[in-house]
Amino acid sequence: MSEPAPRKPLLRRILTADDNLNRLILVSVAIFAAMVALNPDSFLTLRNFVSMSYSFPELGLLALGLALCMITGGIDLSVVGIANLTSVLAALLMVSLLGPDSPPAAVVPVLALAIAVALVTGVLAGWCNGMIVSRFRIHPVLVTLGTWQVFSGIAIILTKGYAVPGFPDAFLALGNGRFLGLPVPLYLFLAAAAVVALVLNRTRFGLSLFLIGTNETAARFAGIPVRSVLVRTYMSSGFLAALAGIIMIARTNQAKADYGESYILQAVLVNLLAGVRWSGGYGRVTGVLLAVVTLQMLSSGFNMMRFNNFARDFTWGVFLILIMVANHLFTERKRRRESAAATPRPAPTPNQETPSS
Amino acid sequence: MGRLLRQHEFYVAVILVGFSLLVGLVNPAFFSLWNLFALLKSSAVIGIFSLGLLLVLISGEIDISFPAIGVVALYLTNLFFSGIDYEGTVLLPFLMAAGIGVLLGSINAFVIARFQLPTLIVSLGTLSAFQGFILTFVDTRIINRLSDPMIDYSRSKALSFGGEGGPVYSIHTSVLVFLLLAVVTWILLRYTTLGRGVYALGGDRQATRRAGFRIWKIETFIYLYVGFLAGIAGLIHSAHVRSGNPFDLVGTELNVLAAVVLGGARIGGGRGTVLGTVLGVLLITVMNNSLILLGIPSYWQRFVTGMVLIVAVVLPQVRHLRSPQPA
Repeated sequence: MSEPAPRKPLLRRILTADDNLNRLILVSVAIFAAMVALNPDSFLTLRNFVSMSYSFPELGLLALGLALCMITGGIDLSVVGIANLTSVLAALLMVSLLGPDSPPAAVVPVLALAIAVALVTGVLAGWCNGMIVSRFRIHPVLVTLGTWQVFSGIAIILTKGYAVPGFPDAFLALGNGRFLGLPVPLYLFLAAAAVVALVLNRTRFGLSLFLIGTNETAARFAGIPVRSVLVRTYMSSGFLAALAGIIMIARTNQAKADYGESYILQAVLVNLLAGVRWSGGYGRVTGVLLAVVTLQMLSSGFNMMRFNNFARDFTWGVFLILIMVANHLFTERKRRRESAAATPRPAPTPNQETPSS
Repeated sequence: MGRLLRQHEFYVAVILVGFSLLVGLVNPAFFSLWNLFALLKSSAVIGIFSLGLLLVLISGEIDISFPAIGVVALYLTNLFFSGIDYEGTVLLPFLMAAGIGVLLGSINAFVIARFQLPTLIVSLGTLSAFQGFILTFVDTRIINRLSDPMIDYSRSKALSFGGEGGPVYSIHTSVLVFLLLAVVTWILLRYTTLGRGVYALGGDRQATRRAGFRIWKIETFIYLYVGFLAGIAGLIHSAHVRSGNPFDLVGTELNVLAAVVLGGARIGGGRGTVLGTVLGVLLITVMNNSLILLGIPSYWQRFVTGMVLIVAVVLPQVRHLRSPQPA
């Protein structure tokens, strides 16, 4: 008798997960169809898909980092700041150590050094975020708003606000190169997404992220080292942001301290579209992948219709709110249905007419 | 005295005076009346914005869309009144700007109060939607010629003295507007049921509902008021810089947030005062405007703002965590 009772909610939880994904698939198919219909000549071309897959990996990496933080119930608004700081550091190293006619033998170690410095700085920046969030128990929004300014601020001080251009070809390949016909950044993004998915679904660390996001106090009592898990979460986010930064400057061939500030809005948008719960406890890498591609289709389609950037900002903003509202209405309806199912109405018996009041 | 030492406002005031003395020692030009009055004038816009944000923070949320509301209000208002070569009282443009602010505030209010969504994320969306709206559907050009009443306002003074052969010192009208709105906000928070409701909401949402407050009413009021203030602040900003620039203001939200947090408003809600906020605004204004007097290049500004914000949130928390807590 007692066997099926605990099982039902689990089954329902799995169904819920699929629900979220199903909805997202529906949205992306609708957007795909709309863009094809609106740009019949240009959207369904190989060229368009290749150019799309060059541009979404940056945003995707930032969004993945943000997703990790959001699953714990936090947020990392500093990802763009980290990307800019780390890429400026890498750029300054490359430009100051390499001349236009440096021998290839000198190029490779410098590139390795620049990339290593960028990634380590990203992890360190994330460590700062994680320490402030977990030790002082300050809301991550505030912490990362502040550190965003600090990281970008350091990048501005280092460059005095000027762009740092001109990198060796070997480095540019990370942003513009192709391997087996597909863009290199796409491989980097997919590799990162695979690792993140593996960590989230197959490791103790991944599980503890979900537990912390669902109920931090319960997670602590269950013996999860909440502080160190949080620090490692923000460090991972910093690492992914640094990787995004490297791709950014390799693609544009210049590092700027204030590049891509609107990415933060888009990264939040991707996560909400992906169904990552802003209050923590739920999120899937598949959703993030799908949402990034969906947003990129929207963006490319708009470009083809000659919308300017301002129109895009406007649409992003409206889209963000519509998604929030839609998510809210869906969960509300589900909760109502679930609570109705959880407390089945007593069978109408003639002698028990008005049980309430 | 003991009571004074426990007040956050006291520490902010001490830091403000200490920092001012430091700047004054390095560069005596700081303490000229001219500089002090200029600082007061430039604190007005951040100040008016911060009064609105204070309410949001007390209620336990974070809003970042107010600069965009200010931009929409200042741009549409100046576009209209410059277009018709308006000659008349400056109250009418202010009324229009405040009205636009309230209108945009009501969009925030509706989404936040009706669907119970987190303000930060909603305002991230409306920030970009409001500014994008102006730039997409109205115009991207800077309005260089404001209407005459606006120009008159930009030259107006609330108080002036000196003269008689010597230099004339004057306090700008905007300072008076800021003070007036600060007093209104103070009365509102301290003496009205609505104001107490804002504190209650930030303290404990459930208890607020049980105490008989209508939460959606409080939330609606907060975001309408934020819009109202943002509209006025936006128009004042355009008068100060004597142009209507649709790219202005957005980006100042962190300065405002830093000012309110420095002033003792706690993230998570329930605490914050108008006096503390005004002191925080003055501190941020002095810090931002004195970097140059201290000989620090202007590209350090962003770094300093961030550090100030972090220190402002970490320090009170250290005190809070160290103090013995009831078990």
